[in-house]
Amino acid sequence: MAVRKIFGIETEYGILHRGTADPNPISASSLLINAYLASVARRTGGRTPVGWDFEDESPGVDARGLAAASALAPEVETHLVNAVLTNGARFYVDHAHPELSTPECADPRSVVLYDRAGERIAQQAMEAAASVLPEGEEIVVYKNNSDRKGNSYGCHENYLMDRQVPFGRIVPHAIAHFVTRQVFTGAGKVGVESPHGSGRTVPFQLTQRADFFEEEVGLETTLKRPIVNTRDEPHADPQKYRRLHVIVGDANMSEVATFLKVGTTAMVLGMVEDGWLRREFVFAAPVRALRQVSRDLTLGAPLQLVDGSSVTALELQWELLAAARAWSEAGGLESVGVAAGTEVLTRWEEVLGGLERDPNSVSHIVDWVAKHRLLDAYRERHALDWDDPRLAAMDLQYHDLRPDRSLAMRVGLERITTDEEVDVATTMPPEDTRAYFRGRCLAKWPQDIVAANWDSMVFDVGIDPLRRVPMMEPSRGTRAHVGNLIDESDTPTELLDRLGA
Amino acid sequence: MAEREQVRRTNPERQEGDAEEASLATTSDKGERLKAEMDDLLDEIDGVLETNAEDFVKSYVQKGGQ
Repeated sequence: MAVRKIFGIETEYGILHRGTADPNPISASSLLINAYLASVARRTGGRTPVGWDFEDESPGVDARGLAAASALAPEVETHLVNAVLTNGARFYVDHAHPELSTPECADPRSVVLYDRAGERIAQQAMEAAASVLPEGEEIVVYKNNSDRKGNSYGCHENYLMDRQVPFGRIVPHAIAHFVTRQVFTGAGKVGVESPHGSGRTVPFQLTQRADFFEEEVGLETTLKRPIVNTRDEPHADPQKYRRLHVIVGDANMSEVATFLKVGTTAMVLGMVEDGWLRREFVFAAPVRALRQVSRDLTLGAPLQLVDGSSVTALELQWELLAAARAWSEAGGLESVGVAAGTEVLTRWEEVLGGLERDPNSVSHIVDWVAKHRLLDAYRERHALDWDDPRLAAMDLQYHDLRPDRSLAMRVGLERITTDEEVDVATTMPPEDTRAYFRGRCLAKWPQDIVAANWDSMVFDVGIDPLRRVPMMEPSRGTRAHVGNLIDESDTPTELLDRLGA
Repeated sequence: MAEREQVRRTNPERQEGDAEEASLATTSDKGERLKAEMDDLLDEIDGVLETNAEDFVKSYVQKGGQ
C-alpha cells in the first residue's frame, strides 16, 4: 500500500570565493554558513544555533539487505559547522560545499516552497558573508551540479515509502522514470564531461548529472554513482518505512520543474507500492539510456529495451502519465495529496505535450529549454561556436544565486510561490510534518535543546539527565498534533511532561 | 503505442480543432513577439554577464561532492 509521501530535497551548492589568491572551498563554506547563523542570532537576540546530532546516522546500510559496507566511512565531517534551523532545515558543510536540506514536506508544492527558502537562505548567507569579508572579496553560491571540469555535486530527493515493498520491485520502475523524466527535469549543460563523448559531438545536453552515472544500482554517492541509490537509512521507523534516496536528478532553478520532478516521482513510487504498474520497461543498457536521453535534443531517440523493442523518453513518460491518471481515478492521489497530485497530473500532461509539439513552448517551465533558448540566441547574435567560453560562462551564470547576476531569474520562468511566503518559510517550518515540532521547539527553547536530527531531539532540562524525544513517525508532530502543546507550555520540561516523553 | 494514443485522444486541448487553427494563424505573430522579447533579454543581460568569460570559466573549480 502506498504510504503518505513525505518529501525532502538536499542541495549541495557550488561555491566560489572571489577576490582572493588562495580560495579554499571548505573554509569559504564554513564562513558562509557561520556568517548566516551569526546574522540570525543577531536578529533573534543572540541565540546560538543548535547543532546536528549524529547519533542515528547510518549511511552505509544497503537497501538490498547487504551487510553495512565497512569500507564506507561516515561521509560527514563532524567538526564542521552543522546547524538546524527554525524552519526545520539543516544547513551545513558537506564535501567542500555548503549543503541545505529542506525540512520534511508533505506535498510537492511544499517541497518547492522550502527549496526556494533554501535559495533565499543562501542569498542571505552571501549578504552576511559580504559584511565580514575584506573589501574586494566575495563568496558566491551557485545552484548547479557540475563545474564543467568533471566534478559533480548533488541535489538529492527523498521519498518515504512502505517498508513492505521489496526493493527489487522499486528498481525497474524507478530506472524507467529517472532515465526518461530528464526531458523535463534537466537543468541543461553545454558540452560533456565524461569520456563517452566530446563537446564536438554534443554541443548541449539536457542534464548536468547524466555524465556522472556509471552503475544501475548501488550504495555509492561520490564515485561510480548509481542511477538507483540503495542507501537504507529511513530516518523513521525502520519496521514501517524506507526512504528512497534519489541522487540522479539535477538541481532546478525552475519551480515548476522541481514540482514536476518530485510530484511525478512520488506518483511513480506510489504506483509501485500499490502494484499498479503492470508493464516493466527494462532498458537493455540503463546507463547508456540515461546518457542517450540527456544528449538527444530531438527527444526522439529510440531506447533499446531487453525484449528487443524500443521506446522514446516521451513515449515512456506518456505511458507513466496514463497509468497515473488511472491510478488517481482509483484513489491513488491520497498518498501524495489530492490537490497537489491533481496539479501534478495537469502540469505533467502540459509539459509532455509542449515538449512534443515544440520544446521552446515550455521555456517558462523547463530549465534546459530556457537555458538552451537563451544561449542559442546569444550564439546566433554573436556568431559563436558552441565551444566558445562565453557560452560556458553563461551556462554557469544561469545558476548564480545573486539576484543581480542570475540568468535564470531573467528568462521568464513561471513562479508558483510568492516572495512573501518564501521569506516566511526561511524561519517557519511546514505545519504538516514533524518538522513543525523540531522548528517550533528550536525557535522557542534554543538554549534547552542540545542537539537535533531528523528523527529525534535532545533536551537539557537542567537537573535531570538529557532527554531524547524520538520522532520516528514523520507525519506526526504537526501543528495539529502539538501546536497547542508548544504554545501553552512555558518550559521544555512542561512540554515533555505533557507529551509524556 | 496504444496507451499513449489513448492519452492523446483524451487530451481536451487536442480535441479543440478551432483553437488549434486559431493558434496556427497567430504563430507567426507570436514568433515575431518572442524574437523581440529575446532581443530585449539579450540586450539586458549584456550588462550582467561575467566580463572575462574565459577567466571565470577557468576559475570555476569545485571539489567533487555527492
